[in-house]
Amino acid sequence: MSRQIWDIPGGIHPAQNKIQSLQTEITRADIPAELVIPTQQHIGAPAKPCVEVGDKVLKGQVIAEGNGFVSLPVHAPTSGEVIAIESRPIQHPSQIDGVCIVLKPDSNDTWGARHPIDNYQSLERNDVIDAIRNAGIAGMGGAGFPSAIKLGIKPGTKIEQLILNSVECEPYITADDKLIQERADEIIAGLEIMQWLVNPQETLIGIEDNKPDAIAAFKKATANNNIEVVVVPTKYPSGGEKQLIYMLTGKEVSSGGLPSDVGVICQNTGTAYAINRAIHHGEPLVSRITTVTGDAVKHKGNYEVLLGTPVDALLAQAGADMSAASRLIMGGPMMGFSIHDASVPVVKVTNCLLAPTTEEIPVPAQEQACIRCGSCAQVCPAGLLPQQLYWFSKSNELEKAEHFNLADCIECGACSFVCPSNIPLVQYFRFGKGQIRKHKSETIKADHARERFEFRQARLEKEEREKEQKRKARAEAAAKKQAAKKAAALANPPSDASGSPTTPGTDDVADTASNATKLKSAWASATKRWKDAEKALTIAEKNGSDQLEAFQKKVDQLKAKAEKTKALYEDAKTSAASTSPSSPSASPSPAVAPVSNDPMVQLKQASADNFKAWKDAQKKTQEAEANSADNLEALREEEATLKAKSDASKAAMKEARAKEKEAMQAKKATEDPTKQLKLDAAIARTKAKKALKALNSLDDDHASHAALKAAYEKALATADNADAALKAAEEA
Amino acid sequence: MSVLHVTSPHVRKPMTTNAVMRHVIYGTIPGLAVLTLLFGWGTLINVVFGSLVAVAAEALVLRLRNRPILFSIKDGSAILTAVLLALAIPPTSPWWITVVGILFAIVIAKQLYGGLGSNPFNPAMIGYVLLLISFPLEMTTWIPANLTEGVAASPSFSQSLALIFGSVDRTVIDGITMATPLDTFKTYAGNDLDMLRSASVLQGSIAGVGWEWVNIAFLVGGLYLVARKIITWHIPVAMVTSLFLLAGLFYIIDPDSYADPIFHVLGGGTMLGAFFIATDPVTAATSNKGKLIYGALIGLLIYVIRAWGGYPDAVAFAVLLLNLCAPTIEYYTQPRAYGHKKANSGIAKS
Repeated sequence: MSRQIWDIPGGIHPAQNKIQSLQTEITRADIPAELVIPTQQHIGAPAKPCVEVGDKVLKGQVIAEGNGFVSLPVHAPTSGEVIAIESRPIQHPSQIDGVCIVLKPDSNDTWGARHPIDNYQSLERNDVIDAIRNAGIAGMGGAGFPSAIKLGIKPGTKIEQLILNSVECEPYITADDKLIQERADEIIAGLEIMQWLVNPQETLIGIEDNKPDAIAAFKKATANNNIEVVVVPTKYPSGGEKQLIYMLTGKEVSSGGLPSDVGVICQNTGTAYAINRAIHHGEPLVSRITTVTGDAVKHKGNYEVLLGTPVDALLAQAGADMSAASRLIMGGPMMGFSIHDASVPVVKVTNCLLAPTTEEIPVPAQEQACIRCGSCAQVCPAGLLPQQLYWFSKSNELEKAEHFNLADCIECGACSFVCPSNIPLVQYFRFGKGQIRKHKSETIKADHARERFEFRQARLEKEEREKEQKRKARAEAAAKKQAAKKAAALANPPSDASGSPTTPGTDDVADTASNATKLKSAWASATKRWKDAEKALTIAEKNGSDQLEAFQKKVDQLKAKAEKTKALYEDAKTSAASTSPSSPSASPSPAVAPVSNDPMVQLKQASADNFKAWKDAQKKTQEAEANSADNLEALREEEATLKAKSDASKAAMKEARAKEKEAMQAKKATEDPTKQLKLDAAIARTKAKKALKALNSLDDDHASHAALKAAYEKALATADNADAALKAAEEA
Repeated sequence: MSVLHVTSPHVRKPMTTNAVMRHVIYGTIPGLAVLTLLFGWGTLINVVFGSLVAVAAEALVLRLRNRPILFSIKDGSAILTAVLLALAIPPTSPWWITVVGILFAIVIAKQLYGGLGSNPFNPAMIGYVLLLISFPLEMTTWIPANLTEGVAASPSFSQSLALIFGSVDRTVIDGITMATPLDTFKTYAGNDLDMLRSASVLQGSIAGVGWEWVNIAFLVGGLYLVARKIITWHIPVAMVTSLFLLAGLFYIIDPDSYADPIFHVLGGGTMLGAFFIATDPVTAATSNKGKLIYGALIGLLIYVIRAWGGYPDAVAFAVLLLNLCAPTIEYYTQPRAYGHKKANSGIAKS
């Protein structure tokens, strides 16, 4: 039976160059002197190391645990000793470092405990998926997405097709091809486990027609089951997941969606093999097949490499002459990235190491002008217009680039491959995508900042409004009072006559004084607004808002305003000060009540000032003490003087207060003796009550008890006396 | 090991822009050969002379613009412009016609817009239209093909040189030139059928004496370009088809006033325009659907101008007018991207 193959648009036919690495069987790579095992070999969160430096580990032992849902554990590829857990260069296109566990193999390669699952059908599906997760299996085609997540479909999702991706369309790479040729049965066994897990309507194997031996091996291995081998024409990039799904099913995974949305699950050949090893043999993912090829390599071929093997160790075993290589590529020539540091390790996704000579892959020619030939659009497998995307990415017109579906670019490199002007289109697209990502996250940040700012602004405005209303209400009340007073004054000619020479003066003073207060509050609020704006500016600066200039302007305005009001206030204050002494002190206007004329207030002020001076001095001394300053002695002296001064003024004030009180009492007594007496009696009674209370609360303590009792009795007597005096007075 | 950091892809198809230009120049060889056979050495002399002028002009402007000179000269785009312009102008055109046309094409239409890849209009056609408008007499009179009745032979090499570079009396040229078949048809069709039938340039041929061979030669060269995947079939097929259909329609309505579709398709500059001018990638639409629309509209305009306009041939005008429309066509003919229900159109999301 023949199955319909849907043709993908575009595509290219680069030189295959696969034959070079197909000449030998899979070779087991030597255990290197040191294994560098990155904690991140998959998409998702890096694993958390769970061994210590110095620990002895066995092959297959977990050395780093999965850290979250999208994460995987990492296992010891061989037995040995952990000699370091540190940052090392890893397999990253941007040449960055990552946390690695460095293992010194003991060359015994002793396996730890393995737990094969003999009859997985008898288990729960989730248990098998957990076993796959615990084996650290990531998609081995290149992306490295945790396979367990792909297989853990939502309940109720109907999977129509399970597809095994054996296309391997990248030139040079033969890792899957060779694995199929030698171990097809094991791959099929892995595929059957997946089949059982997702229960698809049909299971397909997609493979390019340039691998006749692998196709034969698969045909043989699938003779007795319901797995169908579908041979597709050789064309790059038909091995792309979305491309293969379309070719085999005619279904398109919607932009931004997942294959399971259209009822398809696609897994890589190496992944199926790894799943088989994990379930049937209990072996976690500790090695993989890597193609080592390129004309600079003497023994081209496929190697079964322990994860963490440094690239240079592998290249050395393969007899690579790196002085002849034009570059070193991890992955294939179409999508792989060049690495500079050959000490980076082989990881779960490393399907190829390519060391081509300069003749083989020369230094790229200089970029020429785009002649808009449109070859790129002819070969784009995603149906995009690379040329337009190039213009938009180059000129940073991100919106247009997004509109032209830059996000759907799979970075296969077909457009750059055909470009006659040598334009590195894919690089422009990566840049454009990065810019869009950056722009989006910045937009989100700026939105947050703006929201916060606007909310704050609204709150401040509301407060300002409320204040304003209160001020108005007060002003109105004051105006009414003033009017009433004026009316009263008009109605009362004698006071008018006596006050007429002074009134204008006092009014003036009152005006300037209230003006000054107003100005002061205006100044305060202006300053506050200025400070707020400044704060907002700092926030904006931090978040890189593009409205910085507007903010800055506003801050400057507010600052100017604040300074202006301050100046106005200062003016008003001085004018108020100059008017108040000139006004006759005899004038009994309560509004003015010149502060300086009341001795009591003066004393109080002096006392407060002196106290403050002392406190300041004390603080200074303490600071000096803390800093062990030289002038400590002088400061201490000064402090003492100030304290004395403060105490003196306090005493003076107390005296004055007492005198005042006396005078007041005397005055009051003369005014209304009964009232005074009544008050005295009430005070005495309260005192007695207090004493009783204290007495009751302190029953146990005998000494104080006696004293308190005496005090109580005395208070009671005083109260009685006062009562008697009051009565006498009343009678009188 | 080198520390060269290059990003994927690491391999490239060995086709370069320089090779593209070179192949297009190769593609004009059959047409150039037939023109030389039928009309004498004039066109070949113009091609060589024009190329020299073009390279000099390009180098001069690149120098003024402070751009690498050799790097850009090597791409061959200036020579291609010169070749196309020289193929379009009459073989007897004096040298200054070529110089004016080339200078305008290279300096104004190409380099002042930013050089290769940045020009909105086809430089060769800009040069051609400038000449056609400025020197209509020189640009519309061709010597008849040597197959024409009463014409003994085309000018010899020395005669051609003298016609182009010598200070030849204009009357000498007028004596040996004739209106082109298209021009003749335009003049007599619909009003003087006898003259039309007796015109020597139309005798015994299907698209004017010699011109069908010129067009067939350009067609052959064009097919070479399609086979080499230098151009795609979309623009030529769309253009020729629309011209053919429109001409056919009007021929059926009134065969006395309108020429038959074969005459249009194999007459004048149709094939040169279809395969070499309209397909200039810089100024044409790029998506396949866009190319079809672009080509069809050029065919339509060619017919409209030939049938009812003031000029006998119209390839240059039609191409330039559609150059104007190419960006807009592009925006509305985007292909549907994988995973999207329908294609985007327009410039930005509404």
